[in-house]
Amino acid sequence: MARITSLSEAIAGTVNDGDTVALEGFTHLIPHAACHEIIRQGRKELTLVRMTPDLVYDQMIGMGCVKKLVFSWGGNPGVGSLHRFRDAVENGWPHKLEIEEHSHAAMANAYEAGASGLPCAIFRGYIGGDLPKVNAKIKRVTCPFTGEELAAIPSHRPDVAVIHAQRADRAGNVMIEGVLGVQKEAVLASKRSVVTVEEIVDELPERSLNAVVLPHWTVGHVVEVPGGAFPSYAQGYYPRNNSFYKAWDDIAKDRDSFHAWMKTNVLDKGPDAFAQYARKHKAAAE
Amino acid sequence: MANYKPTEMMTIAAARLLKNDDICFVGIGQPSAACNLARLTHAPDITLIYESGTLATKPTVLPLSIGDGELCDTALTTVSVPEMFRYWLQGGRIKVGFLGGAQIDKFANLNTTVVGPYDKPKVRLPGGGGAPEIATSCGEIFIIMAQGKRSFVDKLDFVTSIGHVSGGDSRQKLGVKTKGPTKLITDLAIFAPDPQTKEMIVVSIHPGVTREQVQENTGWPVKFAVKVDETPAPTARELEVLRELHARTNRAHAAA
Repeated sequence: MARITSLSEAIAGTVNDGDTVALEGFTHLIPHAACHEIIRQGRKELTLVRMTPDLVYDQMIGMGCVKKLVFSWGGNPGVGSLHRFRDAVENGWPHKLEIEEHSHAAMANAYEAGASGLPCAIFRGYIGGDLPKVNAKIKRVTCPFTGEELAAIPSHRPDVAVIHAQRADRAGNVMIEGVLGVQKEAVLASKRSVVTVEEIVDELPERSLNAVVLPHWTVGHVVEVPGGAFPSYAQGYYPRNNSFYKAWDDIAKDRDSFHAWMKTNVLDKGPDAFAQYARKHKAAAE
Repeated sequence: MANYKPTEMMTIAAARLLKNDDICFVGIGQPSAACNLARLTHAPDITLIYESGTLATKPTVLPLSIGDGELCDTALTTVSVPEMFRYWLQGGRIKVGFLGGAQIDKFANLNTTVVGPYDKPKVRLPGGGGAPEIATSCGEIFIIMAQGKRSFVDKLDFVTSIGHVSGGDSRQKLGVKTKGPTKLITDLAIFAPDPQTKEMIVVSIHPGVTREQVQENTGWPVKFAVKVDETPAPTARELEVLRELHARTNRAHAAA
């Protein structure tokens, strides 16, 4: 049942040391503000799940919050490497990072299977490549009807899903528009959830009959954090800040400049720091 | 002296291979540039699909990331990522998939995972993303990659996605029914699989490029088709449309 609350309360009440956490978002609606709050609260030993670990996971890995990463593509899209992720895998800094590596199809199927209450996901994939050799969770099953060999992996059942969406109403019904990624599946697959939103409104706006809405009784904490997806974007609110993604390459390349940025922009700040981005772009759009 | 860059020739050569009725799974970077160049020139009705779920998208600028708002704003519809991979890709609805990588071998298998050993990599690359299933589920695959000895290698450090595996009928023997890589477009030449051995052989060389240059930038002994064409040079229109697309994109990305 949804509880409308503050970000610090939401994270403190859901994310524990050692939990498996999925902060999802596929380019769009990436929960940056919630990630920063997890870092501020000093969570440790997390297993992070995500199809496309990007800046938020780079930040959590660099700050030493992460024990293990379950993922399918870990880069800064269109820019290059995630330097903190690479430093952890290549040099064990700040400490060793376990990885469990999949393909996108596998990850998407595993979330869907988790949301469906199934123990595993079955799909046609992982044929011929080396990933099954380095990930013991990738198995083959035989279709009982046709004999076709298919791939199977365990479903994702995170302890906590953390997502960002455009709007929720006061009951906590959450509406998502645009590139949807796997956020709906991640929330339904997880035991607990935190949803940050651009706005909490009296009534969800006029919408398509098939709008994507997570009913209030399927979500946990709902928190209004305007601008909370910046520098990713919120369709209808503000565009992706591609310049920041390019700038991150230099910030994260060096351990000291990374730490300096994290101190100034995360450790010494609160969720309110994101509001300037929401206002700025909204004003620009008017 | 040519009035275009080798990478422009590569993008244009790839764009020309696309047809108006193609349904393409598009990756970020070179594939996205080639597919949109095709759409803005000879293939206005081509269906472009990005793995973020955007179906039949017509971006005015190239996306920096696979799920930019521009793709969603100009799409016919946007579906969830599980639906994209299940109904559209696995369902066999994509005719052409584009791939690239850090390393390729002579059978067009690709590595986008690690340079060096998996457990102690010299370079940890982003990983496979959609590639392992794109490689086997799309009707055919076009690969775009600039040539060099570090990327065109005799043996991959890791096989992220398969091409023609170990040649011959080894791909079909794995139960894969799709064609696999039918074209490899580089900044120097175009390769296609030999009908029997499935090794990628040179079928066309870009203007001003020699066979020696192709060999110098390939880590295995290159084979050439009996008849090797010269790739037609870019036309003025192709260059103009491509450069305008990049200029618009750079302006948009600098502004955001």
